[in-house]
Amino acid sequence: MTGPPGTLADMNTSAIAVSGLRKAYGDKVVLDGIDFDVPAGSVYSLLGPNGAGKTTTVNILATLMTADAGLVQVAGHDVVTGTKGVRSAIGVTGQFAAVDELLSGRENLQMMADLKRVRSGDKVISGLLERFDLVESAQKLVSTYSGGMRRKLDLAMTLVGNPEIIFLDEPTTGLDPRSRRTMWQIVRDLVADGTTIFLTTQYLDEADELADRIAVLSDGRIAAEGTSDELKRLIPGGHVRLRFTDPAAYRHAASALREEAAKDDETLSLRIPSDGTQRELRSILDWLDSVDIEADELTVHTPDLDDVFLSLTERTTGTTGTTVSHSNSQEAIAK
Amino acid sequence: MSTASTALADSAIMLRRNIKHTLRNPITVFNAILFPIVMMLLFVKVLGGGFDVDVPYIDYATPGLLVMTISYGLGATSTAVNDDMTKGIINRFKTMDVSRGAMLTGHVVVTTVRCLVACAAIIGVAFAMGFDPGASAVEWLGVAGVIALVSFAAAWLTVALGLAAKSPEAAGMATVPLIMLPFLSSAFVPSDTMGTGVRQFVEYQPFTPIIESLRGLLAGNPSSGDTFAALAWSVGIAVLGYAWAVSSFKKRA
Repeated sequence: MTGPPGTLADMNTSAIAVSGLRKAYGDKVVLDGIDFDVPAGSVYSLLGPNGAGKTTTVNILATLMTADAGLVQVAGHDVVTGTKGVRSAIGVTGQFAAVDELLSGRENLQMMADLKRVRSGDKVISGLLERFDLVESAQKLVSTYSGGMRRKLDLAMTLVGNPEIIFLDEPTTGLDPRSRRTMWQIVRDLVADGTTIFLTTQYLDEADELADRIAVLSDGRIAAEGTSDELKRLIPGGHVRLRFTDPAAYRHAASALREEAAKDDETLSLRIPSDGTQRELRSILDWLDSVDIEADELTVHTPDLDDVFLSLTERTTGTTGTTVSHSNSQEAIAK
Repeated sequence: MSTASTALADSAIMLRRNIKHTLRNPITVFNAILFPIVMMLLFVKVLGGGFDVDVPYIDYATPGLLVMTISYGLGATSTAVNDDMTKGIINRFKTMDVSRGAMLTGHVVVTTVRCLVACAAIIGVAFAMGFDPGASAVEWLGVAGVIALVSFAAAWLTVALGLAAKSPEAAGMATVPLIMLPFLSSAFVPSDTMGTGVRQFVEYQPFTPIIESLRGLLAGNPSSGDTFAALAWSVGIAVLGYAWAVSSFKKRA
């Protein structure tokens, strides 16, 4: 285990530092000793299946819940002894829209500006309404808003007062594709302004799109951690796909490649395992030339985060269990 | 800013929120006034003729109806408090550097004000029905003070009930005993006309001295014993309600 984080030296660089975090509800262990570090100004994504402990982690970091063990520092403050400091540095948008239904959109933002003692609140509020495309409905009661509008207002409320660290717990669950993209753009803009984002999601493309670093949470442990490219390299699954239009050419190739390739008769295509490097690709091409095979289409497939996710969350629930545990995940990524 | 002034400013913001809620949902105020008026008509015009009291029945019943008005309006508060707890907005406040008590004091102040408004309306209707109190200006002030204090105490108890309940529906039901208690008091008939067991309960439950103190003040003939008992009960209930509310709030936090 690493030493306690958040000493003066790394306080400037770490927005969030967690070590040995544990939490159980009765007999059910939700977080079984997790460690991670989020550099200031980055997007860190916690990825995991339902019930993996993502929301529990957010709740502990956001001071809504206390941990059973472990050290958690947010914005340089300990969540237990420096709760007040943590609270004044963070903004939280949870899974369920935290908006006041009996107030209008503008009044909700006004309340946040008042509670955070924001100077020139009107300007801030108008800016946020515009940015989130809520100007027209600003005077309407939130009870008349659609789900997507509530989500947007929720995030706008979180942004009042420019918190340095923002927690987004599954922020795009239930949003249509356009709203999701709008949300992604907002996250990118926030990061560009130096905000640190802690994001939980079930959508792998979302983590792929936004996160600087991704941690895969499974069974209360961090199964793997790294950039999305690093995670993808952790597992095999890359291949070269050859597709034919002429059935005769397909049959010829299939019989020539009987040993090496997996056949798909319906689409007339063959899959040859490959790590996707230039060297290996060239040797495959040379070899195809030598046996006189010419495919109509050749595509290179690298494993996507879906493969990583499924493989990692399966492995830790399997009997062998420890293939990629947190203790060696750093080494696995480093090579 | 000091902690106290921060808490006060936060409470003012929450109060503004609760006032807006009340104004946007005027049915709660309307409801809190309408039911006691119906009860007043029922008791004074229908049943009251059959009761043997020394004064005109409207003069006898008005203090009890005021207390009933207070307790009837509490259901809206416990429901609203529970609603706050079950909706996402509370989690937002909890992750902010906002005074923990501010969310509760907003409800308490709005409830107290709503009770005072409803009681004023009831007194207005009572006058229209021939209410003839003998109270002086000072005694009227005493009436307002007792009503405010009782409302304040009941509001804290109700906030606690709202926090302890599992759902908004259960929270609304939790205040029903408070609506029933005035019937088991000297609100509508003098306690000495009741059966022994009931009479003992009536004489020792808090609503009886509260109603008797209001009755004395309104008649211009205040009883210091009853008034003292009413104040003591109110302070006791307020302290109990406050302590219970704060501990429930922390548990749910």
